This record gives sequence, structure tokens and C-alpha cells, in this order.
Amino acid sequence: MSKTTMQQELKERLDYDELMNCMRCGFCLPSCPTYTQTDLNEPASPRGRIALMKGVVDGLIEPDEDFEKQLNLCLGCRACEPVCPSGVKYGHLLEEARDVLAQRKKYSLPVKVLRRVVFDELFPKKDRMRRLNGLIWAYQKSGLQGVTQKTGVLKVISRNLAEMESILPDIPSPKQMKNRPIEVRANGEVKKKVAFFSGCLMDTMFMKTNDASIELLQLAGCDVWIPETQNCCGALHAHSGEKEQAKRLAKRNIEAFEMEGVDYIISNAGGCGALLVEYDHLLKDEPEWKERSRKFVEKMKDISEVLVELEFHKKDLSLLPQTITYQDSCHLRNVMGTSGAPRQLLKAIKGVTYKEMKGADQCCGSAGVYNLVQQDMSMQILDDKMRHAKETEAQTIVTANPGCLLQMKLGVKRKGLDHKVKAVHIVDVLLEAVH
Amino acid sequence: MLDSNVKELLIGIVGEGNVNDSSESRLAYSYDATPNFQSLPDAVVMPNSTEEVRKILKVCNDCQIPVVPRGSGTNLCAGTCPTEGGVVLVFNKMNRILEIDEENLTVTVQPGTITQEMIKAVEEKGLFYPPDPSSMKISTIGGNLNENSGGLRGLKYGVTRDYVLGIQVVLPNGNVFRTGGKLAKDVAGYDLTRLFVGSEGTLGVITEATLKLVPMPETKKTMLAIYDDIDAAAKTVSKIIANKVIPATLEFLDHPTLEVVEDFAKIGLPTYAEAVLLIEQDGALEVVERDMEKIMRICEEEHAISVDVAKSDEEAAALCTARRSALSALARMKPTTILEDATVPRSKVAQMVKAVNEIAGKYDVKICTFGHAGDGNLHPTCMTDVRDKDELKRVEKAFEEIFAKAIELGGTITGEHGVGEMKSPYLEWKLGREGIEAMRGLKAAFDPNGIMNPGKMFAKDSRKRVVVGV
Ligand SMILES: Cc1cc2nc3c(=O)[nH]c(=O)nc-3n(C[C@H](O)[C@H](O)[C@H](O)COP(=O)(O)OP(=O)(O)OC[C@H]3O[C@@H](n4cnc5c(N)ncnc54)[C@H](O)[C@@H]3O)c2cc1C
Ligand code: SF4
Ligand code: SF4
Repeated sequence: MSKTTMQQELKERLDYDELMNCMRCGFCLPSCPTYTQTDLNEPASPRGRIALMKGVVDGLIEPDEDFEKQLNLCLGCRACEPVCPSGVKYGHLLEEARDVLAQRKKYSLPVKVLRRVVFDELFPKKDRMRRLNGLIWAYQKSGLQGVTQKTGVLKVISRNLAEMESILPDIPSPKQMKNRPIEVRANGEVKKKVAFFSGCLMDTMFMKTNDASIELLQLAGCDVWIPETQNCCGALHAHSGEKEQAKRLAKRNIEAFEMEGVDYIISNAGGCGALLVEYDHLLKDEPEWKERSRKFVEKMKDISEVLVELEFHKKDLSLLPQTITYQDSCHLRNVMGTSGAPRQLLKAIKGVTYKEMKGADQCCGSAGVYNLVQQDMSMQILDDKMRHAKETEAQTIVTANPGCLLQMKLGVKRKGLDHKVKAVHIVDVLLEAVH
Repeated sequence: MLDSNVKELLIGIVGEGNVNDSSESRLAYSYDATPNFQSLPDAVVMPNSTEEVRKILKVCNDCQIPVVPRGSGTNLCAGTCPTEGGVVLVFNKMNRILEIDEENLTVTVQPGTITQEMIKAVEEKGLFYPPDPSSMKISTIGGNLNENSGGLRGLKYGVTRDYVLGIQVVLPNGNVFRTGGKLAKDVAGYDLTRLFVGSEGTLGVITEATLKLVPMPETKKTMLAIYDDIDAAAKTVSKIIANKVIPATLEFLDHPTLEVVEDFAKIGLPTYAEAVLLIEQDGALEVVERDMEKIMRICEEEHAISVDVAKSDEEAAALCTARRSALSALARMKPTTILEDATVPRSKVAQMVKAVNEIAGKYDVKICTFGHAGDGNLHPTCMTDVRDKDELKRVEKAFEEIFAKAIELGGTITGEHGVGEMKSPYLEWKLGREGIEAMRGLKAAFDPNGIMNPGKMFAKDSRKRVVVGV
């Protein structure tokens, strides 16, 4: 795609009203990690990036390499959205622009094959995901990296892989993975009927966490249904310029969850949840999906919200005395609007001293595959994060999303704190506390 | 484009990474918060010290290259839009708090210091810096000084100008000097401090500032008075002041503004109201209580439907934060939000509010009003779309009439946002030809080549004065 056609494409795809909606007040600037990490460089801010997109659409600048780099440097954490009084949907603009840029890429043959395998064969198909182990997953991530960065790829991969490998959880055996029931009953009185979104990564590498989630829901009084035909949420696709595939996955999920009498659809990964809760936006150009996606979206909730609603925090929860801190999942906080519930649950555990970490609401630098494709910025952010985590003197860092969890583990290891501090998903903490 | 020799010279001064002329950087520094103004500079330069600023100005002065000093670009008068290209000077690397002097109650900062960060730092020491523009979480002290910004606490405490004790200035010819100091009194020569405050980057560059602090008030109380009649709210403002009570904050928000602010902040604002007043008093507990009671009584006499005192500090803070988001929140209604800054003597607030509504009706445009009512400083804000040329013409006419009305009531065209490029065609309405001439003379004395923020303050063509319709 030439620069002119790309400009044309951006002009057609970017919502001009949304670009105009930014009144350039700058209120979002202090919340943007890339702005603060670059000595307050305007192009690396949300206001700057919106202006750059508008500048391209208006024909003031060309969509050159700097433009692309700047969009890639964005974490996509969407911390700029809840603080924007004008309600600019930055995430939607970014996603659209990135999709256009990705279309333009001329990939080499091996990368093309890899992309097809990853995006079309692997993530969408659960059986195949199940057959993979964590190591392959890591390579898969690096495969994505090869896609996004042209040079110096191998060096970077090898630098990070060793560290990554060592923090991956034990992978359940294929047999364990196959034996999940489709429906389980509430313990005691049935308060709600819910459907559980199991996700692809969560259901392979983090299967134990999924099992824990289902158990918690049962304990809280939910009949839980785990639709068999569900698949990957499509977040990775949507954020990597594979929007069409993301839409296909979305439709399959909507179909899979269309069941009468379900109160909520529950996710336990902020990264997935945030896309699921925006399926209506993803499918906005397809009127026949409008009603169906609306219904789906209305029912989407993060597990912590449902647990609080069902008063799980009033149960007898206890752990050995320890200090716990919570790192927000950006997408859970900024897109799904969930930040109070996880804290409320953690504070309710006896024996736990909850300590808020400075900047807990800021991205940890994991951001999907960001920690591999933008390693320097990611590690800069992570090291800051670990400094703040250390200040809390917490023995346990709790998160609510697999990407964040791995990043926290990586951070702990980088700081040499792995004997003193552990990083855990919130549902695993809660299950331990209730037993 | 920057001449390559000049670029080399600038790189020699600040280093390679601090001169940027990529189209990305030029675009990102081509705007401020003013709608409909955009112009690309030739380069963006980030100095690290006063000495570097001095050298940069000298190069630019010798080569006659425009220099646009820029803080965070939140001004609302097209004050940092590089209208004539040139170099944008950014102070992101000169953003240190140099000293908090607890004996003399002063703070000394570099120009890029973020207002709120400085406020937090002095508050940690039990000190108080009152000027708090709504944009303080991102605005810089350099910007505040150059716009002479006001804030929510202006009524009792005054504006930025009232807190500047001394500054360090670099002139285009490379001369550096200091004015004032940590002094409560100083009449040595002309008051250059006051001249530079509000000079909008058109005279020189401020590279350091020493600001006055006051002791932190003992307590604070916040309340919201709710009205179903906008006139009644406006009348209350004049009456409070006439009753010799000076609250710290006296803010006004009309119905549409309340709605959008609530939409964003979700704190349970009374969106059914036609107008509200946000009132705050601080000081010694007895005084605060006595004043609040008195104010409450006046509100009731002026037919407020209810008056609620915030129950906690959090609730009070949430109200003020919500008020600060008003302008940006209004932007969600329509693609373009044009805000004005007309200011009238406090006793004329009710008349001005009424006039604004009549003018909006006359030109069939949508105008919401909020603002620092206690200062007589209103922000009539028009929701429109720059793509609708016909409507835009009517908006312009409406604003001209609002300016004219403000002046007629003994007011001014801008209370705190500055003239910049945006209001330069109207400056003559306020000052007259002779006033402008005097100002031009001053400008020429400091900046004979006219490199400092050209195209601002002084218009190429002044607007013909409109006569307020009968
Ligand atoms: C949502 C919103 C709310 C606002 N609320 C208020 C309010 O309540 N009260 C109020 O008064 N204003 C308000 N403003 C306007 C604006 O925020 C203020 O004028 C603020 O002081 C600008 O600060 P800045 O750092 O962004 O400066 P900029 O916009 O970058 O610059 C402002 C002016 O200062 C000059 N300048 C900056 N630094 C220097 C320097 N070191 N030397 C010489 N010249 C320099 C620039 O050339 C320009 O003329 C608001 C703006 C927005 C967007
Ligand atoms: S995105 Fe929102 S907060 Fe940021 S500059 Fe634009 S309007 Fe302001
Ligand atoms: S998504 Fe995150 S990194 Fe990107 S502009 Fe917004 S706040 Fe900054």
C-alpha cells in the first residue's frame, strides 16, 4: 500500500467526529505512561496521537515511519479514556489505525506463514491451543514480534525468552484439559445462572485459574455453564491488525453464548473481557448482529464484580498473615470499569493487610505482546512498577489478567525478589482464602 | 523548514536529541486547546537551562526566526499556535522545583513545572499556593504566569499575578536579568515582574519564578446551592458580595453544563436544576461556619430550591474536580466547542448572564454558561461544528455581541485566558487605538525584531466595533 492509499484508507476508516471530539485540553496527558516515560513528549501522548491521526486524515502530514512508530509505542492501555471529560474513544481510533497499518505490511514468506498459523489456525481453534505447551506459546509471541519489528528481532527474542520461559506456569496435561464438564451446579441455593468465558490462554496455560474461577462461582451460588463451542475472544487479532478474523471469532462466541436464562457472561481476564464487552462496537457495521451483540455485551461482567454482587466478601475468608497489593489490569479498569471490586474482595480476607501501590492504575507494560515488541519501554515501565510494588512491602502482588500476571512474575524475577514475593491471579487467592 | 545551518547551531546548543524537525514533532506542537487554530512550526527545541535558552534566543534573533514558548499547550486563545512557523520552545526538561523556602514562604520553580505538582509539594509542607486554574493538573507555571491565569479560588485569593514575587527573564538579544525577589516590598524601578506576567510569551522567556505562598487555611467547607431559575442564581452571586462576604470559591454552572459534567463525573449532581452555585469558604473554623451560614441564608432568600453542604472532604473534592472538567465535558456534545471569557464587574453578573442567553437566542446558537461567577468571569461556551460555515458565522456574530456587551457593562473581552491570536482582533475594543500603540511601543523595546510569539496580541486587522443591538 502506498502512502497515498494508506492516507485514503485512514481517511475512510477513522471516525472523523471522534477525532474532532478531542478538544485538546490535555487532561489525559498525566495518565499516559508513554508520555511520562518520554520526558513529556507530546507526540507520545494521547492528545498527540489523536492529532497525528487527524493530521494524516487532514493531509497535513504523511503516514510515515515516525507516525507508525508512534502508534506502535502506544500501549493500548486506554488509561487516557476514563480521564477524558469529553469521552473520546481513543482505543477505537487506535485499533482502526493499526488495522490499516497492518494491512499495508509486506511480510516475508516465513512471517506470513507464521501469522496464518498463529492467527487463523492456532488461537481460533481450541483443540490446537490445548496441544501447545507454554514454551511454544512464548515462541508464538516472539513470532508476533517478528511481524511487528523488522530488525534486531532475534537478538531481542533471545534476550527475553529465557526470562519468559522461567516464569511460565506448569502446563496441565492434555488429558486434564479435556475433562472439563459443560455445566456445574451451585453449592447450595442458586442465586444466579451464569455462563463462563474460558478463553484460549486462560484455558490452557492458566487452566488451574479457570477451574478456581468456576469453583468460586459455585461457592457464591451460581449455576455455571461453560459453552463448548466458544473460542478465543479475538483480542490479539483485533489489536494486531487482524480485525476480520476478530469479527469472525466474535460472532462464533455470540452464537455460543446465546442461551435463555443466563444472567451474566463472566470472564476472569481483563484483556479478554474488554474486547468481549465491546463486541457491539467491533460488529457495528453489521446491522444483523446489532441486537445479538448488544445482548451479549449487556451480560458481560468480570468475575470480581459478580462475586461482590453475590456477597462473596462476606464469607469467612482468611489467609496466613501477609501484605497484599493489587495491580489493576488496564483493560479491566479502563474499559470494563472494574477497579473497586477486586480491592474490596482482597480487603475482606482476614490476615491480609491490603496496601495500595502507587500508580496501581497505570499499565505494567505487558499490554498484549507489547513487552516483546517494545521491550525497552516495557521494561522501563516495569522497573518503575516494581519499585512501587517494593515500597508496599507486599509479599503477594495480585492481578486480574494473565498478561499482567506474567509481567509481574517477570518483574519480580528481574528484581531478584522471587524468593520473597509472589504474583497471583485474584481468583487463586480467593480460592485459597475460602478453603 | 529550518535552515540547515541554523539547525546545526541549535543542535550545538541543546544537543541532537533536543532539536526535532520531523513532521511528527512539528504536527504535535502545531496546536493548543483552541479550536480551529493549527500551524506547523519549523522545529521543536527543548532547552535544559537558562543558558541554553539565552543562546537559542540569540541565534533566533540574529536569524529572525520566530520563537514560540510553550508550556503544556492548554491555553484557549491560540497562544502557542506557531502562526508564523519558527521554533517552539518546550520546557519539559526545565521542570524542577528549585526551592521551597519555609522561612520566607516562597517557592522557586523552573517554568515547565506542572502547577498541580508544585501545589502538592508545597501543601506537603503545610503551605498554600492559591491560583488553581481548572487545567492545573497539566498546565505549567510558565503558562500560568504568561496568561496570568485565574482559578476557582480567585475571588478571595486573586490570580497568578498576585503571587509572583520575582522572575528570571531572557530577552531576545540574549540579556538575562532577574526582577523582584523574596521580598514583600520592592519599588526599585519599573515593575517588570507585573509586565511579564500576562505577556503571553511576546516579550521574552521566563526561565525561573519565585512565587508567594500563604499558610494553609485551617478548614474548608463546600456547598452546592441549587436553583430552578438561572437569574436567581446569578442574582445570588451579586448579593453575596454586596453583603460583604468573600467566599474562596463562587462558581456558576447552568443546566446543560451540569448535565454533561454529571455524564462524565457521575457523582450525583442535580441535573434537574436550571443552575447551581458551587461555593467554598476556607479559614478559621468559626469564620468559615459564620460565613457559610450567612451565604446559605442569602441563597435561600434568593430562592434556591436547596442548599447542601458537602459531608466529607472527598465529596467536596469531587465537586471541585467535576467543576474543573466542565469545559472538556461540554466538548462531548458537539464536534467544536468555542469558549469565551467575558468578564464584568461582579455586580453585573446577573445582567451579563441574561444578555448571553438573549444573544444566543437572537442568533439561534447553543450557548452554555459556567464560570468563576464570583470574579464576574463567565465562560459562555458555544457548541457548534466548524464544518457548518453558516452556523459558524452566527456564532462569531454572537460572540462579538457578547464582547461588546461586556465592555458596555464596564468589563473586558478576556478575564483570564489571554488574547493570543484568537482575540487579537478585539483587543482594540478594550484598549482603544492609543492603548494598543502604547503596548506596541513596549513590545518593540523588548523585542525589536518581533521574534517573540509573533501574530499574537496585536492583530493585523482589528474588527470593526459592533454596536450592541437595542
Ligand atoms: C479545560 C481547560 C480549563 C482551563 N481552565 C482555566 C482556568 O480555570 N483559569 C485560567 O486562567 N485558565 C484556564 N485554562 C487555560 C490554560 O490552561 C491556562 O492559560 C494555562 O495557564 C496555560 O498553561 P500551559 O502550561 O498550558 O501554557 P501554554 O498554553 O503552553 O502557554 C500559554 C502562554 O504562555 C506562554 N509561555 C509558556 N511558557 C512560557 C515561558 N517559560 N516563557 C514565556 N512564555 C511562556 C506561551 O507562549 C503562551 O502564550 C483552561 C484550559 C483548559 C483546556
Ligand atoms: S483525548 Fe480527551 S482528555 Fe485528552 S486532550 Fe482530547 S479531549 Fe482532552
Ligand atoms: S492507550 Fe495508554 S499508552 Fe496509549 S495513548 Fe492512551 S494512555 Fe497513552
